[in-house]
Amino acid sequence: MQDLSIGFVPLLDSAIVLAAEAKGFFIEEGLNVRLTRETSWSAIRDRLAVGSLQAAHVLAPMPIAANLGLFPLAPKLIAPIALGLGGNAVTVSAALGAAMEAEGDERDLDPAKAGAALKRVIAARRAAGLPPLRFGVVYVFSGHNLELRYWLAASGIDPDRDIEIVVLPPPFMPDAVEAGRIDGYCAGEPWNTIAARRGAARIVTVKAKIWRSSPEKVLALPADFASANEDTVSALLRSLYRASEWSSRLENHAELASILAEPHHLNVDAAVLQPLLSGTLAVSAKNERTVEDFFLTSAKAATFPWQSHALWFYSQIVRWGLCDHSAENAEIAKMSYRPDIYRRALQPLSTPLPGASLKVEGALKAPTPVGASAGGLILGPDGFFDGQTFDPDQVGAYIEQQKTTI
Amino acid sequence: MNTSDLAILVIDENAIRAAIIRDGLLKAGHHNVTVVEELVGVARTIERLSPDVIVIDIENPNRDMLESLFVLSRSVKKPIAMFVDRSDAETIHAAVEAGVSAYVIDGLKQERVKPILDMAISRFNAFSRMAQELEAAKSQLENRKVVDRAKALLMKSRGMDEEKAYALLRRTAMDQNRKIVDVAQSLIMTFEMLER
Repeated sequence: MQDLSIGFVPLLDSAIVLAAEAKGFFIEEGLNVRLTRETSWSAIRDRLAVGSLQAAHVLAPMPIAANLGLFPLAPKLIAPIALGLGGNAVTVSAALGAAMEAEGDERDLDPAKAGAALKRVIAARRAAGLPPLRFGVVYVFSGHNLELRYWLAASGIDPDRDIEIVVLPPPFMPDAVEAGRIDGYCAGEPWNTIAARRGAARIVTVKAKIWRSSPEKVLALPADFASANEDTVSALLRSLYRASEWSSRLENHAELASILAEPHHLNVDAAVLQPLLSGTLAVSAKNERTVEDFFLTSAKAATFPWQSHALWFYSQIVRWGLCDHSAENAEIAKMSYRPDIYRRALQPLSTPLPGASLKVEGALKAPTPVGASAGGLILGPDGFFDGQTFDPDQVGAYIEQQKTTI
Repeated sequence: MNTSDLAILVIDENAIRAAIIRDGLLKAGHHNVTVVEELVGVARTIERLSPDVIVIDIENPNRDMLESLFVLSRSVKKPIAMFVDRSDAETIHAAVEAGVSAYVIDGLKQERVKPILDMAISRFNAFSRMAQELEAAKSQLENRKVVDRAKALLMKSRGMDEEKAYALLRRTAMDQNRKIVDVAQSLIMTFEMLER
């Protein structure tokens, strides 16, 4: 038995990792895994860097930022598997929600309408001499920060000038928005629905609508550990893959919700978590809404580490001035995600594996069968709410073109 | 600039541990030490103090917020990196294991910072030893209370004296290969259930 310590942060999207442990998928692959719950992404990164964790549930842009040396104590990391698609939402205070509704938001989670309404609210506040709205995100190098900014910018709102963005731990968001310390936030579940159920806030849009079929968390491993332990890494990916399939089945959702609910996991009522697994969100105190592809663990190659995803995150890290663009940096970002290792590990399972490692994000307007190692792989729809596409072969041009917007 | 000129900010939600660290820094000749327990408003504190070194416990859930200041804030100008010399793997490892994280102004010489880190590491370790001992003492006290209660129940219900009651508990524990406190605990539970 190979001993492994794996870190996670208590969020809905840690489901695959928690299920793999609870349902014995790690043990079946000969892995003796000890899960450790962490309180911050910084702590996870530090423990990966010093080797006290061999793997961790991390924000999808973190391995890229680590390999580009963008934060302190940056270990070299690889992401050989994604931990699902979607899972985030944008939530605003009850007061801001009402103001947005008065400006045309139809409470249907449509990012375009919500963004346009928010832009008008911001203009009215400026005219009235009110201070800028303040939004919380969980980490600088997070899908939350980068997707919130994408949504705002595409709605004509400058995220650096028109609002203020602050970093807060996800479990603090509901209290912060209720106390008026922030006006809104982008965070993973269940921290949106918890605030919405209380009536303190309302969900105005979701990641699955801003950038559909996009990864939220990935499994990161120190690059040196992964190259010295290829068989262990393969076994780890197989157990996570099987856990992802188990997690996706509707008949397992009640059990998965109770696994997630445990005090040493999320410590949140299972009844709050279970509907989220099939995409039903409490968008306000009284209303629920079911969002297609809100959080996918298995369908649509949900665990495949697309290098086009890595490159999109990179393009946004550059866009917001956190890193300079160069061909070398783009290559570092791309190679942070490792579909080659994913394929190597999953070959024995005769599961359909995508033939390509990159795709044009936003090209698929409907569910589409794609070329794979076995039949039956369907991808899409994917892409961005504003209809833009991202061609991973044209990163430089994409970055240039976004310079002319906000 | 001598040792005492370094501005050091200690952020710790645990007031006792923060006091222990401050004490260590003062003894090492650092007089420019600021301790904050709350991270609310820390951006302004950092702006005002311009600390050369920031020490924060690794478990603090607000570390991501602190790090975001270094990346995003326009007011915090100085580039800050964790530890002066990234090649000093041993110190970094010891720090993470002890639960210390530290941010140091880029360019500050390692020999000036290492003693601060070493001190913080040893004080963090001393603090967690102390906390463990306290926990152990507490549970010992709890255990004694449980055994005392079980003895009292036996004395009352079986008319035994204290010595006999204790001997019975001990014998049962030995026969069943269990701890005395566990035997006492199940005895109390049994009595409580029967009473109901």
